[in-house]
Amino acid sequence: MNTKFKNQSLGDKIFIILVYVFLSIAGLAVLYPLIYIVSASFSDPQAVMTGEVVLWPVRVSLKGYQAVFKNPKIMTGFLNSFIYLFLGTALNLVMTMLCAYPLSRKEFKHRNKIAALFVFTMYFSGGLVPTYMVVNKLGLIDTIWAMIIPSAMSTYNMIICRTYMINSIPDEMYEAAQVDGCSPFRYLTRIVTPLCKPILAVLTLYYGVAKWNSYFDAMLYIKKQALQPLTIIMREILILNQVDPTMVSDAKAASEMAGLTALLKYSTIVVASVPVLILYPFVQKHLVKGVMVGAVKG
Amino acid sequence: MKTKTAVMKPNKKNKIKSANWQFWLIIALPCIYAFVFAYIPMGGILMAFQDYSIKGGIFGSDWVGLKHFTRFLTTTSSVTIIKNTLILGVYTLIVNFPIPVLLAIGVNEIRSVKYKKFIQMITYAPYFISAVVLVGMMMSMMDLRTGIINVLLQKMGVDPINFFGDVKLFRHLYVWSGVWQTAGYSAIIYIAALAGVSPELKEAAVVDGATRLKRIIHVDLPAIIPTIVIMLIFNCGSIVNIGIDKVLLMQNSMNANVSEVISTFVYKVGVVNADFGFSTAAGLFQSVVSFILLVAVNQISKKVTETSLW
Repeated sequence: MNTKFKNQSLGDKIFIILVYVFLSIAGLAVLYPLIYIVSASFSDPQAVMTGEVVLWPVRVSLKGYQAVFKNPKIMTGFLNSFIYLFLGTALNLVMTMLCAYPLSRKEFKHRNKIAALFVFTMYFSGGLVPTYMVVNKLGLIDTIWAMIIPSAMSTYNMIICRTYMINSIPDEMYEAAQVDGCSPFRYLTRIVTPLCKPILAVLTLYYGVAKWNSYFDAMLYIKKQALQPLTIIMREILILNQVDPTMVSDAKAASEMAGLTALLKYSTIVVASVPVLILYPFVQKHLVKGVMVGAVKG
Repeated sequence: MKTKTAVMKPNKKNKIKSANWQFWLIIALPCIYAFVFAYIPMGGILMAFQDYSIKGGIFGSDWVGLKHFTRFLTTTSSVTIIKNTLILGVYTLIVNFPIPVLLAIGVNEIRSVKYKKFIQMITYAPYFISAVVLVGMMMSMMDLRTGIINVLLQKMGVDPINFFGDVKLFRHLYVWSGVWQTAGYSAIIYIAALAGVSPELKEAAVVDGATRLKRIIHVDLPAIIPTIVIMLIFNCGSIVNIGIDKVLLMQNSMNANVSEVISTFVYKVGVVNADFGFSTAAGLFQSVVSFILLVAVNQISKKVTETSLW
């Protein structure tokens, strides 16, 4: 194929240049806010206020982070979010495997009917109030379980997992194991689970990010301050602008206080996004696979 | 081995039965979960036809027929809400749908692997940012006094813009921040589909003297049409299903006229005002309309393009 740039016609040259320009603009548009937030969070409050910070940090300072880590509310929220993340994602993965595996085996009678019942819940649900009432009746309100049990499994992710099992684990394997006297449960723990590692990596990312980022469940089910996840605390600080004056007490003048408040917001955003960003590079290479498996059977 | 299989053969039927029983045991927990958290709430939909009182419960409350639905569909304030939902949904579809396709085609044209990887890595990243952080970023960067955008505008001698206080800007902010967050991720599926286009077809097109643009239109695009159609069906189904997370965060007293959509309305009426029947009715309306839309678009697509979800 004719890929050398100089061999191409003038029209093609202009076209490929336009493509590069388009993609570079798109890339910069996505990248700039991310860089700005990180730079601002490491800058001097006054520099942030006056617009000196445009791309890189100006007069590097950690004042924003000091305010974040001194704040007991943010720290409690951070800890709670971690607890919900670990327990929630672990339960998500176990439930997904328990559900996807039987539905992937053709030896399991009625599997298509059961699968249809699960798929139906993707397109239709009882809605907010009826779900709330169930959670309420079960006595989950204001307990950590309200953050974990109602979202124990996502049908969409389960279908992805099931499709992966059907397509990548040969049927002969099951027959061979059966001949050797392996029970369906043993087969799940010894053979299916290790073979599903790539898809489990993607699902861990999906579930983990969803757990870490969710705030609406907490708004509905959690009233106790001590159990609030980080997202709820962030909503108070970033969206409702309820910054505790003691958090920025170092500031003397009103303008300095406004600067520190703005800085605190940028630092909170960075702190809250770090766990996801640490996870991201490890799983990024699997992402395409996850999307493609999901697309095979929407 | 041989003796073992010989022994097992007569028992094969029993074996299958016991296997089936074990499968049921394995899937028991997910089934209970789906029953309790998906199917029992579906029964709760009956509340939409009742003046529900906590004391009476579903079985002891008065039946009111379609009262809540008539109220929802005739009150001017709710009609505005339905209109807001539709406008926001259609605007999202029109902007959010084609951009990932363009992005994927662009990425596919690039020969430098490093640059390709770089663009992909950057554009996927915002997908993993939470709604709270996204809206928080917007509010901080667009703040009337301290936000970088207004600071820069002032330096250029332009009056600062009150982004979150201006009713007219709400929809643009909502939709374009959505593009920023999801375009890269949504493009993955098209990039993968484009990677599957056979190189022979492209070479043949080159031999025939097709320009790059012509190759895209006549070779690449037809190859990804099925993927585009499937994604379009999904997107059409969610026109009325505006997720509550971002809208609720972006809402304030100044933009409530255009930012109130069905999902936020359901939340406020149901949880804040505790008017359970009315809230459930509004929620049911949204579920049913989006389900009908999905099925309808799917049927149309089946007829026209022979591509469908089921």
